Amino acid sequence: MEFFKKLITAIRGGGREIGEAILDSQGIRIYEQEIEDAKEAIKQAEDDLTAVMAKEMQAGREIERLEKERADFESKALELLEKGEETLATEVAGKIAELEAELDNQNQAKQRFAEHVAKVKEMIKQTHAKIREHEREIAMVKTTENVQKATVSISQHMDGGSSKMVAAKESLERIKQRQQDKSDRMSAAETLRAELSGASLEEKLKAAGVGDNDDRQKQVLARLKAKQQDSSS
Amino acid sequence: MNSLLEKLESVLQMPDAGTMNGMDYEFNPIPGEVEVVQVTFKDREECPIYLTESNSQMICICYLWRDDEVIAEKRTEMLESMLDMNIPMPLSAFGRIGEWYAIFGALDQHSTASSIIKELTVLSDNAIDALDAMSEYLN
Repeated sequence: MEFFKKLITAIRGGGREIGEAILDSQGIRIYEQEIEDAKEAIKQAEDDLTAVMAKEMQAGREIERLEKERADFESKALELLEKGEETLATEVAGKIAELEAELDNQNQAKQRFAEHVAKVKEMIKQTHAKIREHEREIAMVKTTENVQKATVSISQHMDGGSSKMVAAKESLERIKQRQQDKSDRMSAAETLRAELSGASLEEKLKAAGVGDNDDRQKQVLARLKAKQQDSSS
Repeated sequence: MNSLLEKLESVLQMPDAGTMNGMDYEFNPIPGEVEVVQVTFKDREECPIYLTESNSQMICICYLWRDDEVIAEKRTEMLESMLDMNIPMPLSAFGRIGEWYAIFGALDQHSTASSIIKELTVLSDNAIDALDAMSEYLN
C-alpha cells in the first residue's frame, strides 16, 4: 500500500527517474535480481519439499508396519500368558518394548518431517507473495517510465511538424466536418445512382401496380386459354 | 523478443490488410528512447493512437487534450465525468500523462491480430466520443 503513495508522489513530483526515486538508490535492477533469486529459492525449496514429504510418507508406512507387528506380538503374549508360559511371554514382552521404542523414534521423525514440510510450504508461500509484490511494483514503475519516455518522443514528433499540435476542440471539429462531408457525399452518390439507373421510376410504377410482369402474366394466361379452346373444338 | 512492429505484422497480414473493421489505417514508427508506433486512421488523423510496450503489455494511448485547454471552473466537473465514464467505457480508460489527458487501453503482448484490431478501433471510437462529450469543459 505504501508503494502506491510513493508512486503517486513521484509522478506528481514530475521527475523522470521514477524507478530510482521510489525503489532505492540502485534502481530497478536490484529489484529484478531479488525476484530472480526468490524464484530460484522457490525452485530449490520445492525440490526439498518433495524429498521431505517422501520421507514423511516413508515414516508413516514404517509406523503402520510397527504397530501391526506390535499388535501381533501382543496377542501372542496374551495367548502365552493364558497358557501359563510366563518365560516365553516375558521374552515377547521384551520384543514389544523394542518395537515401541522404534515406534517412538519413527513418530518423532514423522513429526519432525511434518514440521519441516509446513515450514517450507510457508516459506514458499511468503516468497511467492514477495515475488508478486515486487513484480507488480516493477511493472508500475517501468510502465510509468516507459509511457513518460514515449510521451517525450511523441511530443517531439508532433513539434517536429509531421502532425500539428492542435487544440482538442479544433481537432474534433475537423473530424466531425470530415464525417459530415463523407456522409453527405454518400447520400448524394446514392441519390445519383438511383436516378441514373432509373430505379426510382421503376419502383414508383411497381408501387402503383403497373409493370411488365402483370401484363406478361395476363398474356400467357390468355394464350393458354386460347390453346385449350382450339384443342377442344 | 520481437519488436513492436514485428508483433503488428500479424495485423498487416490480415485478409483485409490496410483496413481495421472498415477503417483505413497506417502504422508509423516514431523515433525515440522507447519503441513507439503511431496508428493513424483515415479521416481521424487528428487523433492518432500511439502504441508502446512495457512489462509484457502493449499500451495503446490516444492523447486527448492538454491541461491548459480545460476551463478552470469546470475542471472538477470534467474530472468527475471522466471517472464516471471510466467503467462503462468499453476496453478503454481515461488517464493523465504529464500535462496531457489521455484515453488508453492495454493488451497482453501476445495478443492476436483480431484483439489488437478490436482494441485500436474501439479506442479510436471512444476517443472521438470522449472528445465530443468532454468538449463542453474545454476552451
